[in-house]
Amino acid sequence: MRNGVTNVLIVGVGGQGVILASEMLSAVALRSGLDVKKSEVHGMSQRGGVVTSHVRFGGKVHSPLIPSGEADVILGFELAESLRWVHQLAEGGKIIANSQRLVPPITATGKFSYPGDVIERIRARAPQAKIIDAIGIATELGNPRLVNTILLGVLSKSLDLDEKIWLEVVEKMAPKGTGEINRKAFLEGRSR
Amino acid sequence: MEMLLSGNEALARGVYEYGGEFASAYPGTPSTEILQTIAQFFKDEIYAEWAINEKVALEVAVGASYGGARAIAAMKHVGVNVAADPLMSLTYTGVGAGLILVSADDPSLHSSQNEQDNRCYGKFASIPVLEPSDSQEAKDFVGAAFEISERFDTPVMLRVTTRISHSKGIVTIGERSTAERGGFERNIEKYVMVPAHAIKRHKLVIERLENLKEFAEQTPLNRIEWNDREVGIVTGSIAYQHAREALPGASILKLGLGYPLPMKKIADFASKVGRLFVVEELEPFYEEQIAAAGITVEGKKFFSNFLELDVDRVRDGFIEAGVLEPAAKAPTSAAEPEQVLPRPPVLCPGCPHRGMLVSLRNAKVLTTGDIGCYTLGALPPLSQIDTCLCMGASIGHTFGIEKAGKTGKPVVALIGDSTFLHSGITALASAVYNRTRSTYIIVDNRITAMTGGQDHPGTARTLMGEKTHAIDLVRLVKALGVEHVRVVDPYDLEETSAALREEIERDAPSVIITNRPCMLFPKKIAQAPYAVDAAVCTACGACFRVGCPSISASSETNEKGRPKAQIDASTCTGCTICAQVCPADAIGPAAAE
Ligand SMILES: Cc1ncc(C[n+]2csc(CCOP(=O)(O)OP(=O)(O)O)c2C)c(N)n1
Repeated sequence: MRNGVTNVLIVGVGGQGVILASEMLSAVALRSGLDVKKSEVHGMSQRGGVVTSHVRFGGKVHSPLIPSGEADVILGFELAESLRWVHQLAEGGKIIANSQRLVPPITATGKFSYPGDVIERIRARAPQAKIIDAIGIATELGNPRLVNTILLGVLSKSLDLDEKIWLEVVEKMAPKGTGEINRKAFLEGRSR
Repeated sequence: MEMLLSGNEALARGVYEYGGEFASAYPGTPSTEILQTIAQFFKDEIYAEWAINEKVALEVAVGASYGGARAIAAMKHVGVNVAADPLMSLTYTGVGAGLILVSADDPSLHSSQNEQDNRCYGKFASIPVLEPSDSQEAKDFVGAAFEISERFDTPVMLRVTTRISHSKGIVTIGERSTAERGGFERNIEKYVMVPAHAIKRHKLVIERLENLKEFAEQTPLNRIEWNDREVGIVTGSIAYQHAREALPGASILKLGLGYPLPMKKIADFASKVGRLFVVEELEPFYEEQIAAAGITVEGKKFFSNFLELDVDRVRDGFIEAGVLEPAAKAPTSAAEPEQVLPRPPVLCPGCPHRGMLVSLRNAKVLTTGDIGCYTLGALPPLSQIDTCLCMGASIGHTFGIEKAGKTGKPVVALIGDSTFLHSGITALASAVYNRTRSTYIIVDNRITAMTGGQDHPGTARTLMGEKTHAIDLVRLVKALGVEHVRVVDPYDLEETSAALREEIERDAPSVIITNRPCMLFPKKIAQAPYAVDAAVCTACGACFRVGCPSISASSETNEKGRPKAQIDASTCTGCTICAQVCPADAIGPAAAE
């Protein structure tokens, strides 16, 4: 945190729900009475490309982009993507990495391969990295679609935002009829 | 009330609040959501439409303005090139009711073919350019733009960038206000640009610019934030935000009106600060004008005209200029990124373009390409697109290569339906007129897919959600003079390849049109998934080379250690292209669970 601004970088692959997660985090910050800016580049994201979303909140936010090396928290929806962005972590920053691996089709050319030691390499950079099997937890809760909310729950532990407001936003933004299960998923994530 | 809105959403909101009644656009990242937001939330108050291209979008907006409605035309930066012809004379006629041209520029080419700086059009056309620096200003500046437009009888460019359009920030919401206006008032000298009238109008444009310069000196759109006076920064748009953050102690002259510049205000500001810098993205647009006015200024030397700026780049510039200490950077800011495999965008599983691209590869032809999802076919493993310049260009390219007559290999053009309607029709008419013998392929997925699934004159739906006439491409192409027109199923490689062979050999112009809809828009389509029988798979890799994201290397290998294929049943749409290319017959419908 620099100048009273908290920087959260959310990363993943197109279609994983990165944008929705950053949308919810921003809504929580807004409801908490903070200034907030959020930035991502859409366009190619639907086509399986890299997606990053910058969320910044605090007293007064100017640039919508997090300066290099100033991410207080990185939330990675995919392991190779967490590795791609881990160098943006600020000193003392935290990284939360979903353990899902999405192998891009480019590996079929034989020129690139998915890093087998991806977790070790994340840990080498950020020893306290939290690796979360969100799909496993979601399956236990009975719905693989809950990954997003579980990861937000884990993220919420690293941020100074009110649990009550988080729950309001999670319930409000969840698809109709899934408020209760999303609440449960959030709290499950928060307990990890 | 406060809401978190993207620049595009805020701009749409501004059109609503400031009495806009008419909006026309052709989709293009990063501008597309402006019209989508208007159509979604304000269609009772504002008429919104997708025009066939940007030239038409601007022309209808001009008509609406002449006809008494506050109007906007929105487009991405390169769209203004298409609309440049009406724009350059529109500046002479002026407007009826307020008229805004929204130009959404794309520094860093996040989803574009170039990173041109459209502020230059403002100067070129002698029209004011407003440059919001966040979502709140995106909304507020719509009001300012309508007012300036009506007060000075000029179209106004509202110029945003990807970072403004696609960043969200807090916006205070207001009510809609409207004014009574009459319809079109005849005024032949003003609206009919024949030389005798245009000469007089040009004179007025020159006077108007002088008046706008005076206005620029007074307007609160340009404001000074006094701080430490050792360094003064002239900046605008998103660069303002980066500069505020990189050098919080500096004095800033923040330009909301980026053209014409308030040169007296700048000179005065310059005289009160130690060193004057310009921090702006892309072209040295302010800097050159300020320098030309005889004011000592530094800018592009430290803040590159290449790619978008951010806090780091602005900070680095000030470190290089000796204004900041290197210690101003975060301790970890220079950390080397990890080497991680790239993840380029790919054609979706089941994309109907894949069948045509694979057939073209099998036919061993050169392919002049166009702009749309099929352009992704230029990337490995397909690597089947040989040119891509601007929308509509594929047709002229093929014809030009044909006439040049030196290439000794068949060349075909590949163009999407939306792009064909946008700017391919005239090119094909011209090629046929000039006696082409080539084959032109329209991959008709019945949508504008690349930009997120917008309707167009071939889809039978308007942006307002009404049913409408759909252009019949076969009849259209025949009317242009192409006798040999065939419709093929791109999921059938044999049929598609046979059609290609015959039409390429034919000594007459021909058009092949594909008939499968996009898998994503207007709704997701998926049939029963396919699967690889690992016992039969020989690991030959043929299916990998169709570039489908559902197919990956499995952990099983053949005797040479090459990986066999596997199909992700959750994303496979059952298009069967991989099964058709598999020489071992190892791919078939997945057994139902
Ligand atoms: C002048 C201009 N306007 C808009 C765009 C944005 N754009 C890129 S591709 C495209 C159209 C794609 O539609 P289509 O040709 O039907 O191909 P599809 O993506 O559906 O395969 C548009 C509007 C552009 N690049 N240039």
